[in-house]
Amino acid sequence: MLEKKDFPTLKETLYQEKLDNGLSVFLLPKDSLNKTFATFTTNYGSVDDHFVPLKGEEAVKVPDGIAHFLEHKMFEDEEGDVFQTFGERGAQANAFTTFTRTAYLFSSTEQVIKNVHTLLDFVQHPYFTEDSVEKEKGIIEQEIRMYKDNADFQILFGLLSEMYQKHPVATDIAGTEESIQEITKDDLYTCYNTFYHPVNMTLFIVGPFDPEKMIEEIRNNQAEKSFDPPEEIERIFPDEPAEPKSQEKQTEMSVSTPKCLMGFKDKNPNRQGEELLRYELSIQLALDAMFGPGSEAYEEMYEEGLIDDSFSVDFTAEKTFAFSLIGGDSKDPEELVARIEKVLSSFRNNEISDELFQRVRKKRIGTFLKQLNSPEFIATQFTRYEENGMDLFDVVPTLEDLTHTDVNKALNEHFEPTQQSVHYIKPKVKVDA
Amino acid sequence: MIKEKTEHVKGFHVHLLPSDAFKTNTFVLQIKAPLEKETVAARALLANVLKSATEQFPSRKDIRAHLDELYGATFGIEVTKKGEHHVMAIRVEVANERYLKADVPLAEKALAFLVEVIFNPFLTEAGSFDERVINTEKQALKQRITSIKDDKTRYANVRLLEEMCKNEPFGLHPYGSIEAIDQLTADDLKEAYNKLLSEDQFDLYAVGVMTEEDVLAALPERKVNINESTTQSKNNLPEEVSTHEETEDIQQSKLHLGFRTPVRFSDAEFAAMQICNGLFGGFPHSKLFVNVREKESLAYYAASRYESHKGLVLALAGIDPKEYDKTRSIMVEQLEALVNGDFSEEELQQTIRMQKNQLLEQSDTSRGLIELSYHAVVSGVERNIADWIQQLEQVTKQDVIDCAAKVRLDTVYFLHGEEA
Repeated sequence: MLEKKDFPTLKETLYQEKLDNGLSVFLLPKDSLNKTFATFTTNYGSVDDHFVPLKGEEAVKVPDGIAHFLEHKMFEDEEGDVFQTFGERGAQANAFTTFTRTAYLFSSTEQVIKNVHTLLDFVQHPYFTEDSVEKEKGIIEQEIRMYKDNADFQILFGLLSEMYQKHPVATDIAGTEESIQEITKDDLYTCYNTFYHPVNMTLFIVGPFDPEKMIEEIRNNQAEKSFDPPEEIERIFPDEPAEPKSQEKQTEMSVSTPKCLMGFKDKNPNRQGEELLRYELSIQLALDAMFGPGSEAYEEMYEEGLIDDSFSVDFTAEKTFAFSLIGGDSKDPEELVARIEKVLSSFRNNEISDELFQRVRKKRIGTFLKQLNSPEFIATQFTRYEENGMDLFDVVPTLEDLTHTDVNKALNEHFEPTQQSVHYIKPKVKVDA
Repeated sequence: MIKEKTEHVKGFHVHLLPSDAFKTNTFVLQIKAPLEKETVAARALLANVLKSATEQFPSRKDIRAHLDELYGATFGIEVTKKGEHHVMAIRVEVANERYLKADVPLAEKALAFLVEVIFNPFLTEAGSFDERVINTEKQALKQRITSIKDDKTRYANVRLLEEMCKNEPFGLHPYGSIEAIDQLTADDLKEAYNKLLSEDQFDLYAVGVMTEEDVLAALPERKVNINESTTQSKNNLPEEVSTHEETEDIQQSKLHLGFRTPVRFSDAEFAAMQICNGLFGGFPHSKLFVNVREKESLAYYAASRYESHKGLVLALAGIDPKEYDKTRSIMVEQLEALVNGDFSEEELQQTIRMQKNQLLEQSDTSRGLIELSYHAVVSGVERNIADWIQQLEQVTKQDVIDCAAKVRLDTVYFLHGEEA
């Protein structure tokens, strides 16, 4: 049964259904759009590298970068390249792999129903050959090399490998030039069969369509396919210590301006549902209050030329890990780190005032509305929230319910000096031969 | 489809794009002047100075506090080049109060703020821009120019244009040069500001649910001596190809090819040229992507972009430095293939559909709607979305061949690692 849920304040109506084979479907009709945007997401990403395969007994450890490799290979079948099938209808298709998810998506302004079928069909039809796997290695090697030159990417993964002692979140999503060489066609099938079962997947579609007609098409599409009976997926994560592996590291790269990135590793990464939503929003508000463009610290550091527009903050939370990030380009990164530490310590002692809290909360509500303009944001974020037991459309009511006490509590819990790591990137000093 | 209403009042061109598709209201003031070596740095710095202090909100912090009060309104000023025009865009986007519990006239306040930024900047008692603000923003702008070098693809693109258009305004970066920025004084900024107020063309876009009366009432009367020329830049086809190489400590080399085309946005063949570029390198099914990336595995990315106001096609690939000669030949061959008509009717129709799709998707965002509409201001030629789509649909194989035959390789730029 297609369930209808109204969000009157946001003027949105969401339809949802769990199909017989376990697939979760969410439909958000929006007549004001020209385009339809759809994501078909598996709850499987780069951190899921150790698991018991479907119908298997023993746990296996797969090569780094395999989830991303699999994503690349899904676009090919017996008849060729599925980009082509979308392209013939003027649609754009794409995919991305994160730590915990692999999403396949398309956007199109015509022949939408056909594109929905194609999306479901190609993701539910694995086809790997030894030749095509070998050929893909060359392409992915280039992609990995491109990231090697990207200082923002390097500073993040360098920091994560300081923060996490054992957890695979510290591993590059695409793997390494060496690790991808180990990937075989059989490995790909093992991962595919385990993680691409409908019960582990979510389809989200937003656009100008009739939800009843749309769900009928999706039901029919799925009824024609058969799947193994679902099993609970057993994922194995190492026992990650609460503390970071190291607290400081420096890398030299071809950059013109030094960079620094500070991270705080959360000691309790197992929050889910409403608890996670409240905590995540609290940390985001705290970060904005302390370091956002409207903060005293930001203004001072900007005026002194210690930071520029690249300075930013972020918080990431998924089932087995959570961390915050603070940093950017700076002519004097050590001084910047010292200042950030000073601000954090002052807020831990003196708290965020109610007035400041009210201000950053207002800002967060307006920002959320702005984000809802984007179908891409809604589809990808809704899926992320859903997988962590949260509801994207609860963000505003939850914000309205938070107090500055919640925010100060989260601040003191998360930003502890013992949980801190810093990664510096410095310009390579040229040595004349 | 959204119906645009344009009016010429109080020294502004006001473009109203009524829509309830968004949860925000957006205002963008586009300020257009010719792109010139003498003024580019001053206008770029001016944009940053205007962004940092106004009479009512004399510091960045005051501005931020005000924007936060407006439910985190987004505010920014960008300078870009559109053809050989230097465009300063002041943008304010604010939540639509109908989605909030609070009842505050956010759109009205947001527009008032935009007007304040451009007409009431923070000035000292002597009537000049504040030295402290100028110095801070000089540092920030120079930093932004320096950091272009850290994004190698972007850097290679900037360098290609500098070499290719070294005797044309289009070779200028919209931020100006570090040397020019260093030399700017408070007087230079005041002069640039006064000139902007009296001579530049102001186009104000309002996307959302505001009424015409409300928008017009918020605008001050502007005394102008407007320079509304849409001077077409020169675009001489090259006589020979010039090649430039540069070494950087990088893993992946960047090969960028600059071509010229006589067909521009204002020309009747524009749609055909757009499809021609689409077949060459605009999409995943394009010749460059298929032949450089898929067939030969030479690159992770290979694509091309059409600068329609200037008449350039810029093709780029990220490659292994050993593959320079091979990739360069394959890239050039893809254009020759188009000239020879070596593409199917299916590929042509697919490209047309992709291009249409892109256009429709662009008009799903307020930024996209404004961009699309502003093409008319830059080129002097009106092409609404419906006409544009119709023109795309009418492009034939022969049109594409004719366009491809007019495209000439001008400059090759190669950024590679130490050992190449």
